[in-house]
Amino acid sequence: MRPFAYLRPASVAEAVRAGAGHPGARFLGGGTNLVDLMKLGVESPGLLVDVSRLPLDRVEPTDDGGLRIGATVRNSDLAAHPGVRSGYPALSQALLAGASGQLRNTATTGGNLLQRTRCPYFQDVSKPCNKRLPGSGCPAREGAHRDLAVLGHSEDCVATNPSDMAVALAALDAAILLHGPEGERTVPVTDFHRLPGDNPDQDTVIRPGELITEVVLPPPAATSLYRKARDRASYAFALASVAAVLSVRDGRVERAALAFGGVAPRPWRARVAEDVLRGAPADEETFARAVSAELATARPLRDNGFKVDLAHRLAVGALAELAGLAPPA
Amino acid sequence: MSDTTRALGAPVLRREGRDKVTGTARYAAEHTTPGCLYGWVVPATVASGRVTAIRTADALAVPGVHTVLTQDNAPRLKEPDDPILAVLQDDRVPHRGWPVALVLAESLESARAGAEAVHVEYATTGHDVVLTADHPGLYTPEEANGGYPALRERGDAMRAFDAAPVRIDATYTLHGLHNHPMEPHASTARWADGHLTVHDSSQGSTAVRESLAKALGLDRDRITVISEHVGGGFGSKGTPRPQAVLAAMAARHTGRPVQLSLPRRYMAAVVGHRAPTLQRVRLGADRDGVLSSVSHEIATHTSRIKEFVEQAAVPARIMYASPHSRTEHRVVALDVPSPSWMRAPGEASGMYALESAMDELANALGLDPVELRLRNEPQTEPDSGRPFSSRGLTACLREGARRFGWYDRDPQPATREEGPWLLGTGVASATYPVLVSKAAATAQAAPDGSYRIGVNATDIGTGARTVLAQIAASVLDTPQENVTVDIGNSDLPPAPVAGGSSGTASWGSAVHKAATALVRRLDGHTGPIPPEGVTVTADTGEETAQESPYARHAFGAHFAEVAVDSLTGEVRVRRLLGVFAAGHILNSRTARSQFIGGMVMGLGMALTEGSTMDPAFGDFTESDLASYHVPSCADVPDIQAHWIDEDDPHLNPMGSKGIGEIGIVGTAAAIGNAVRHATGARLRELPLTPDKLLPYLP
Repeated sequence: MRPFAYLRPASVAEAVRAGAGHPGARFLGGGTNLVDLMKLGVESPGLLVDVSRLPLDRVEPTDDGGLRIGATVRNSDLAAHPGVRSGYPALSQALLAGASGQLRNTATTGGNLLQRTRCPYFQDVSKPCNKRLPGSGCPAREGAHRDLAVLGHSEDCVATNPSDMAVALAALDAAILLHGPEGERTVPVTDFHRLPGDNPDQDTVIRPGELITEVVLPPPAATSLYRKARDRASYAFALASVAAVLSVRDGRVERAALAFGGVAPRPWRARVAEDVLRGAPADEETFARAVSAELATARPLRDNGFKVDLAHRLAVGALAELAGLAPPA
Repeated sequence: MSDTTRALGAPVLRREGRDKVTGTARYAAEHTTPGCLYGWVVPATVASGRVTAIRTADALAVPGVHTVLTQDNAPRLKEPDDPILAVLQDDRVPHRGWPVALVLAESLESARAGAEAVHVEYATTGHDVVLTADHPGLYTPEEANGGYPALRERGDAMRAFDAAPVRIDATYTLHGLHNHPMEPHASTARWADGHLTVHDSSQGSTAVRESLAKALGLDRDRITVISEHVGGGFGSKGTPRPQAVLAAMAARHTGRPVQLSLPRRYMAAVVGHRAPTLQRVRLGADRDGVLSSVSHEIATHTSRIKEFVEQAAVPARIMYASPHSRTEHRVVALDVPSPSWMRAPGEASGMYALESAMDELANALGLDPVELRLRNEPQTEPDSGRPFSSRGLTACLREGARRFGWYDRDPQPATREEGPWLLGTGVASATYPVLVSKAAATAQAAPDGSYRIGVNATDIGTGARTVLAQIAASVLDTPQENVTVDIGNSDLPPAPVAGGSSGTASWGSAVHKAATALVRRLDGHTGPIPPEGVTVTADTGEETAQESPYARHAFGAHFAEVAVDSLTGEVRVRRLLGVFAAGHILNSRTARSQFIGGMVMGLGMALTEGSTMDPAFGDFTESDLASYHVPSCADVPDIQAHWIDEDDPHLNPMGSKGIGEIGIVGTAAAIGNAVRHATGARLRELPLTPDKLLPYLP
């Protein structure tokens, strides 16, 4: 068989040392994506550093009233956490909209952020893919791309990021705490995933040996929700999804945050829309104008133009619901 | 003992249910013995061409790899009865995914790593994998599947259509579909003392034994094929598949037991699919809705190595009275994987189009769609003129309409809202033929008063053992618990596959006959039963050779209520209700499961399932269960299956019709018709995913 070494470090420091010291190392969380990719031959790590039992399995309040989520907290536990449900409903809803119950019981917070695209060409080693094998080409651009990106893609790659959780975290201004050989740093979730450009093999800004240890949420600022459209009622990736945060005062938007999923190589924080929304009347006309402004830069492929319409509908619907203009879906 | 255990029709619990839910039931890949080798197939990575070189040195260097079988060293086969079984025999690559090597290793992981290290070179020519309605290669074959003539004409359908005051002319598009049973196709083969034993995940081990005997050039007495438990097949295990041949070859070549279980990602290419169909339906009617012309034309694909023609226009020869009719199948051979059987082949796809067109006609007429169907009820089978042995369609429609609450329905489309949801209801008819094949069975009486039945039936999850015990018990006048049933082994009396909704009829007829003969034998028997028991054998060769003078079909009516999210276009089925007329129902519990299972599969066909041919590569894009969307539990609503008991003396001794497939037949059309009622959008391409609905939403 294809041999690999397996290590279960006792501490974050040991994990980082092992990860940094071995070029082919991968951190193993729940394994719900990595192990599949190993079976497919997409990933063939020489060393698996099993971080799933590190003491990173807590969800705790921060001093400023936010939440600190350990990297090994399981998706199910995070979705069910009372502080998440009450303060960050979009995050709980996004988690529950993802995968299946069995997968959520296994998948971790850190692993969810690092999962790879489900583009069919990426997962099939008998075919070219610039993300898997840089320079080999992108058959998706002319091939099966109904489920792929309309925003932020490049000539070299049209893959989407598959995470639901990350979309909610992006809208909620979460930050990722990384431990690496050169110490600790914090990266906003919105800056964590890269656009593909001409090196789509790099999904994120993570550096060799760096380990996600926690995700930090700022104090809840306003109510939020997550909406997802998919091809079946459960256990399907988003055709498009939206996480929205909104507060309204005196009929005007006080605070708005919007992020799209299923449409781009990363959770797509809609800053253009947010600029239109801020201070504008909280009505459907504004919401539609804001979302249209964001999606004006969309570049759909032959078979996925519907995603632009779908994302628009989801976002306007979500904002209307948060503004109390539409009944809860 | 209560009467319920003797009576046919009783809701007897399935015999192996406990073994299955507790995990003690063993499947084909769970019969490994010490020293077993594991196989992993190397699939062709071109859609058309020839293998010019296979280099195996790197694979053989992988620790644990024992052997790599290729066209250069694999045992030679005699010409098999199915070309898909002629594996590792020559350099031809008829489609992407065709097996070009088999790696055998001490572990599954080593075999997989070895397979990645096999280097194959190809000479390729261009490939052609896309079915189009005007493909120049389309031709009309002699026959469609099932031996039906490819073309049938009565009267002048085109002239009658042109003259009809109300006309529907619509084209429906169905993409490929995959069976994807939960248990993958798997075989464990071993040779001992010149005898080959194969545990195979199959719908019929007698057929697998015959195929292996032919391919391996062996006397069938030297082969035993066992299919004790089978985790679903839906047609994809109805004919022998390459894993059985590969495992047998490999076991012979290596002298070791060999297990080969096909990975999910590989199944789409080698275990068949429901072929895509492009279907044009033309209906002509008078203003009262009485049909004067029915035309149904199919274009479909097959592979380069066999002609397989989905018989989707055949139901139109059965369903509705019309003086003029034309039904035609055309097919084109492409560089695609070979299509094969999938639940209700022909009926499921053809009835989607025909029953959608009937709904379009009802709307054009302003006539209730149930009433339209009642007005076109034929007196005899339209195409053959034969009398029906029984025909329960109108009873199913009326009973279903009553139970569903159909008659309160406002026919106006797009007028019912509930929050963001648009609501609608739809109806469609269903039909499936009564089929039966020759089978043999033994019935044995033991000295302790118990009985034992032997027949090589297969339980693919239907409850075959249970219903056969009930059939035997009803003849022997004994509680069913007193009857042991042996099935799933080709050393038992030969029997046909669990397929064509004919298993229970075929096996049950033989069991009934053997049990009846045993009763007669025991009546003449004096003294105690000897220790070895009293055994009789019967077969139904004579009965099944006679063609029935009757047109024999099961019928059904499907009703669906859907909710369409007006924001996203997501369709949710709220209610499905089916009423079926299928002779006597022999076990109400397992029958209901089969009806409901078929309806769930039809729900998938309507809303979620589809296999996309990749024009660049020649394979199907959806290669795992994360991308090939079978319905999840959250998709499956309140489903009800009911039936109308028919007393039909022209069927078999049990008076039963098959029930394994009819549940899928009308479901997709009923859901599509309900979506039209909810939204006003008539979509003629499945599955009904949000992208298709979005352009029609407010």
